Amino acid sequence: MKITKIMGLLAGAALLTTTAVGSVHARDQIQIVGSSTVFPFSTSVAEQFGQKTSFKTPVVESTGSGGGMKLFCSGVGAGSPDITNASRRIKEKEFKLCADNGVTPVEVKIGFDGIVLANAKNGPELSITREQIFKALAKEVPGSDGKMIANPYKTWADVDPSLPNIKIEVLGPPPTSGTRDAFVEIAMEGGAKKIETLAALRKADKNAFKKIAHAIREDGAYVEAGENDNLIIQKLEANSNAFGIFGFSFLDQNADKVRGATVNGVEPEFENIAAGDYQISRSLFFYVKKEHVGVIPGIEEFVAEFTNEDTWGEDGYLADKGLIPLPDDEREAVAESAQAMAPMSF
Amino acid sequence: MTDTTNTYVKTASLEERRSLQKKRYASERKFKYLGLGAILVSLGFLVMLLMTIVGNGIPAFTYNYVKLPIDLTKVDPEKPEKANYGKFVKSAIADAIPYMSDRKGKRLARGLVSGGAAIDVRNQVVGDVSMAGQNADVEVPVSDFADLYLKGLTAKPILTKPDAAIKVSDVEGDVDVTLSAAVFDEFLARVKETISSEASRLNTRMANLQLSLDNQREIAANSQDTLAVESAKKSITSLEAQLAGFKTKFDALIVRRNNTAAREVLDTSMPSLLLKVGGGVVKITEVEGMSAKGEVIIPLEQKEASAGEWQMQEILEAEENRKFSDKEVAVVDRLVAEGRIENRLNTIFFKKGASREPELAGIWGAVVGSFFTMIITLALSFPLGVAAAIYLEEFAPKNKFTSIIEVNINNLAAVPSIVFGLLGLAVFLNFFELPRSAPLVGGMVLALMTLPTIIIASRAALKAVPPSIREAALGVGASKIQAVFHHVLPLAMPGILTGTIIGMAQALGETAPLLMIGMVAFVVDVPAGIFDPATVLPVQIYMWADFPEPGFQQKTAAAIMVLLGFLILMNAIAVLLRKKFERRW
Repeated sequence: MKITKIMGLLAGAALLTTTAVGSVHARDQIQIVGSSTVFPFSTSVAEQFGQKTSFKTPVVESTGSGGGMKLFCSGVGAGSPDITNASRRIKEKEFKLCADNGVTPVEVKIGFDGIVLANAKNGPELSITREQIFKALAKEVPGSDGKMIANPYKTWADVDPSLPNIKIEVLGPPPTSGTRDAFVEIAMEGGAKKIETLAALRKADKNAFKKIAHAIREDGAYVEAGENDNLIIQKLEANSNAFGIFGFSFLDQNADKVRGATVNGVEPEFENIAAGDYQISRSLFFYVKKEHVGVIPGIEEFVAEFTNEDTWGEDGYLADKGLIPLPDDEREAVAESAQAMAPMSF
Repeated sequence: MTDTTNTYVKTASLEERRSLQKKRYASERKFKYLGLGAILVSLGFLVMLLMTIVGNGIPAFTYNYVKLPIDLTKVDPEKPEKANYGKFVKSAIADAIPYMSDRKGKRLARGLVSGGAAIDVRNQVVGDVSMAGQNADVEVPVSDFADLYLKGLTAKPILTKPDAAIKVSDVEGDVDVTLSAAVFDEFLARVKETISSEASRLNTRMANLQLSLDNQREIAANSQDTLAVESAKKSITSLEAQLAGFKTKFDALIVRRNNTAAREVLDTSMPSLLLKVGGGVVKITEVEGMSAKGEVIIPLEQKEASAGEWQMQEILEAEENRKFSDKEVAVVDRLVAEGRIENRLNTIFFKKGASREPELAGIWGAVVGSFFTMIITLALSFPLGVAAAIYLEEFAPKNKFTSIIEVNINNLAAVPSIVFGLLGLAVFLNFFELPRSAPLVGGMVLALMTLPTIIIASRAALKAVPPSIREAALGVGASKIQAVFHHVLPLAMPGILTGTIIGMAQALGETAPLLMIGMVAFVVDVPAGIFDPATVLPVQIYMWADFPEPGFQQKTAAAIMVLLGFLILMNAIAVLLRKKFERRW
């Protein structure tokens, strides 16, 4: 019977694929994991690297900074990734995990990313300080007697009369996102420090302070809008009273639709972030597994391509994608140590 | 119900029976309309969804290419891949757009051509070595923003041929424009409109400020708290200063608006006006009814033109609100007029893998990845699933053990797909040490997910075969296995195949289980086998939807159309199979 023959063939194929399980492939292609913020830059470089050299184009996965570190530090060998991207520095715990598993990370700082608070072009212009951001978005703020109370502010004007008199409505990333981590650490914590009662608390009990500074309100004023920043921009276009939190590269690419709020008098512009004037910005990194250099072909060349002036320089192609380059001298120093594969120390 | 029937039998008169019948018919009609309504509503939503996707996706199937006179005489035909194509493309752009000669202009011109042009030219030359040594027109993709403009998706210029003669004071630099009739009036009115809306925006802001000011004044007057009073007083002074500043601005705007004939200086927040005169383009910077000041973007050949021989190009979208400047509009329009730009089928989209440049991104890598993954899924889940179904349905004794298995299979069908991904990570990657991102592993994980569907569908199909067939086969002396494989299985096959195809279609659209095993990745190279890193169609859609460049939005919709096409094809095959082999008893 025909059908039984087909069945037999398919069963044979199934057997074949299961036996293939035994033969592990040696890898000749770089594997990159890590931060979704660095993903657009890393993929750009991977593509150019694949076109310019005879190596295969690296495979880049977007796993988030934390997830990338976990994979990266899990061990040495073809089964683990060669490079991980991070939108923050490696944590001490992660560095220790790496060391325990025999992984020596080489740190490469690639540039800065600004985090912007933006709204639709036809909405009100916003000029805000970090202190006001904290007051508008924190779960608990100090009341008039200095005791912590649930955030009472309903409109921006409640926070400070110079702000527009509209309901506080902010679309931002969920807690799993590196953008959220950085926003909380830089904008919220930075703002909380400016408030006297909290500054005093910080001196007395750092953990208690952090708990307050890092808690974002959950009463509907802050809406977790998912990891897709394009979606946030679409929602901002539809609702001119809402603000969104996302990376500078999205503001840059959508400058025709949304406008970034001025923070502490500085506009979120390329030059201001590069000069360090714009306060809500963070450094971006990638980490190379030193043990894989020379084993997986092309790692050194990939690092050289990434740290090339045409790539990460002021007129490089990453600047077109929204990466804010490091200052000239720092770029030179990082390139040198990266190309020498100098292991990092904590 | 029984009660009513009783009353009906006992006491209902003809009248009552009629009204009861009427009621029944009415409720039947109501039910019919409700059902029809439900179908219409869902059809409406479906049509809306498809229209948006198709409307967004269609533009991505074509792309605009620009012909550049590229000098390939220096390319060595022996080693065509070694030449510096970036330099060739750069100088070709300068040759094709000679009027953009300063550094800024050159940069702008280069920005109109795709960043991947050099790579594209290299691939063309490597594919056709006879091009080396020639000096020929080569077609390269334009940049994504230029493409969006050419497709009318960013700024839509309005072209008119005004009924007046024009005189321009010079052929380049800053110029004065004079007309024989007041044809700029209409445009001036539009500019005044934007001033008016700016004024009203300012007005609402002032009203808001006034509100806060009143608020603070009240606090200052009534509050017992000296600290609060002090801070309120401070904000009152600052608010008053702000308000006064706004008021002067507002008054100035109102004066400008009311004086309808007054000259206006244009800035980037206002509509743009370009004049195409005597072979060049002038961008207007100051305008009134009959005269204007402007800046030459493309040098003129003649300083004068009579009515009907020159064109006015208005772009209502303010320059700061679009990603395509007036200069870029002028240059691209010129290239179109020269016949250098052509809109044709986007072959890159169907032939290439992923890319970070929207104009170089293709769906083929994902299609091939999906194909390999589906082959593995089919090869594993179909034989296993059907065999399991045959055993459970035909051979297994009915006892506690088999009913536990049955319950578990039904449960598995409802397990969230991400769980299978976690299993794949733990077992296939960490234990068996299979390569990450490979279609082999993806296929294995999806096979696990599809198995319950296939088993359940196959069992239902086997159950539907009448017992008389089995009994007849056994009666003429066939063994049990002969009865099953020669008689029951062929009759159940259409049902089994339908179930399998539906399960496969489900697997084709799945991303969550692939996340954990590394197939949600940026893969440029088109995979050549089941061990190569690959991604699949739905993942490609998800990633394109997430990229910041606006050019990817059309790509996303187009990729959805491709995926939908495959799904419709698979479901159509399922329907056909059922139609062709279906038997009725």
